[in-house]
Amino acid sequence: MKRVYVNEEWCLGCHLCEYYCAFANSNEKDMAKALKNVIIHPRIQLEEGDNINFAVSCRHCDDPLCVKGCITGALSINDGVITADTNKCIGCYTCILCCPYGAISPGEHGVIQKCELCTTNIKGSPHCVVGCPNSAIVFEER
Amino acid sequence: MKYVIIGNSTAAVGAIEGIRKIDSAGEIIVISKESYHVYSRPLISYLLYGKTDEERMKYRKDNFYKAMNCKTILGKKAVKIHHASKVVELDDNTHINYDKLLIATGSEPFIPPMEGLENVKQKFTFMSLDDAKNLEKALSPDSKVLIIGAGLIGLKCAEGIRKRVNNITVVDLADRILSSILDQEGANVVQSHLEKENINFILNTSVTKFLNNKALLSNGEEIDFDVLVLAVGVRPNVDLIKEINGKVNRGIVVDEFCQTSLFDIYAAGDCCESYDITTNQNRVLALLPNAYMMGECAGINMAGGEKTYDKAIPMNSIGFFGLHMVTAGNYDGEVYTQNEFGQYKKLFVKDGLLKGYIIVGNIEKAGIYTSLIRERTPLSDIDFELICSKPSLMAFSKIERKKKLGGAVHGY
Repeated sequence: MKRVYVNEEWCLGCHLCEYYCAFANSNEKDMAKALKNVIIHPRIQLEEGDNINFAVSCRHCDDPLCVKGCITGALSINDGVITADTNKCIGCYTCILCCPYGAISPGEHGVIQKCELCTTNIKGSPHCVVGCPNSAIVFEER
Repeated sequence: MKYVIIGNSTAAVGAIEGIRKIDSAGEIIVISKESYHVYSRPLISYLLYGKTDEERMKYRKDNFYKAMNCKTILGKKAVKIHHASKVVELDDNTHINYDKLLIATGSEPFIPPMEGLENVKQKFTFMSLDDAKNLEKALSPDSKVLIIGAGLIGLKCAEGIRKRVNNITVVDLADRILSSILDQEGANVVQSHLEKENINFILNTSVTKFLNNKALLSNGEEIDFDVLVLAVGVRPNVDLIKEINGKVNRGIVVDEFCQTSLFDIYAAGDCCESYDITTNQNRVLALLPNAYMMGECAGINMAGGEKTYDKAIPMNSIGFFGLHMVTAGNYDGEVYTQNEFGQYKKLFVKDGLLKGYIIVGNIEKAGIYTSLIRERTPLSDIDFELICSKPSLMAFSKIERKKKLGGAVHGY
């Protein structure tokens, strides 16, 4: 299955992936309109160090602890993509407790949010990849 | 192959999904004394709070049993296992034979003997959907509710009914609330948050006697109430295994394959003990993720696959009125504290390993700590100072990070 991978040697730490993620998941057509005066809650998040940066998003594990741990059944695997049914989620954050990558975060309206490889927004394929100016983020089979 | 599962909650679902990973054809029969489609029990407080409803409480979709090719026998109780002949007897005298049997009977509320309790008219436990519905019917805005037990169940109940009643008092024998998951300092933080919501606490105290609608407490106080909720604790349902001499301590004893001491009988979930790798002891870990993973492990092994469940740890994520907390492991060891503003955090280190943690407030990325405990990662291999200040993958070596982030992740 194709997944999003970040090459930390090439990552500039520019945070653009986060803005592209927030834009994609706003489902707005215009980026300025989507992000102007908005505090973004991206589903891909940069970790910054002294000499190294990399962005982390859901690994879409084959055997995911978050799905097994989900107390409501809101998290499920659909064609390999781990998706969250935010209508069922009640925001207990057990998935955040379980995820070894720190890739699930509290979202709006008291429920969780996570990367769904842009399969559930209007973009259709990972928009962080599109926005990366140094091609550090790729969407590929490994 | 014919699989019979007694119980229809999380461990049962884990087992069904586990069996179907290996065996798509074998017959699966699920027996439950409850008549409902599988639902998530921890959601009953959210139901009363109004954050979910019965439809959304369904733990799996309506077509789950059909899609998994399972037969259900709901509203009937399994009363006896005839182990030699491999037959389960139900309360209507029907007999069901099995090749592999799973006990997923969960736990039930523990009610200690209390003088005068039999004369209390409006008394409830808080575990099942029916419990929640019965409690809901008894509540009115003027109700004075007395909850015995300041643990996870008692306090979730308090939160769930807070908008419906004006007077809630919680009594507990322990010196702090949530004593199974929080230390004193953390408990104080959460308690003052709950007190702002007008929930009253009386700790270090037990009920000595009930006089109809009055509780006499060990500290000499008297409390008037209309509705009593008993949330002292839970007890694993072990009888089916105990009476046929299967090995039982506090819960049913299983090995790393989730098999009991009896041939062709497996057990999973709240009715069992798990081997807690943070204390190196068997204990009942009545937690939903644990139930699913045990059930799945049992199911895979019942179907002839091979899976071990050997990374059990206590872990909880819970919130009350917007204040969240996550905890894991045990709290014996050297304490490291590095709080961000508005956060209460403690890490517990022993033998060079992270053994446990408590975070109240900002819980983001806490799962990175959980995985250090579960994977028993030597802290000498990572930048411990960095990870103390915030959970991050930056604290791992470049090689380890490449393993974590550089390829498909197949297991854990």
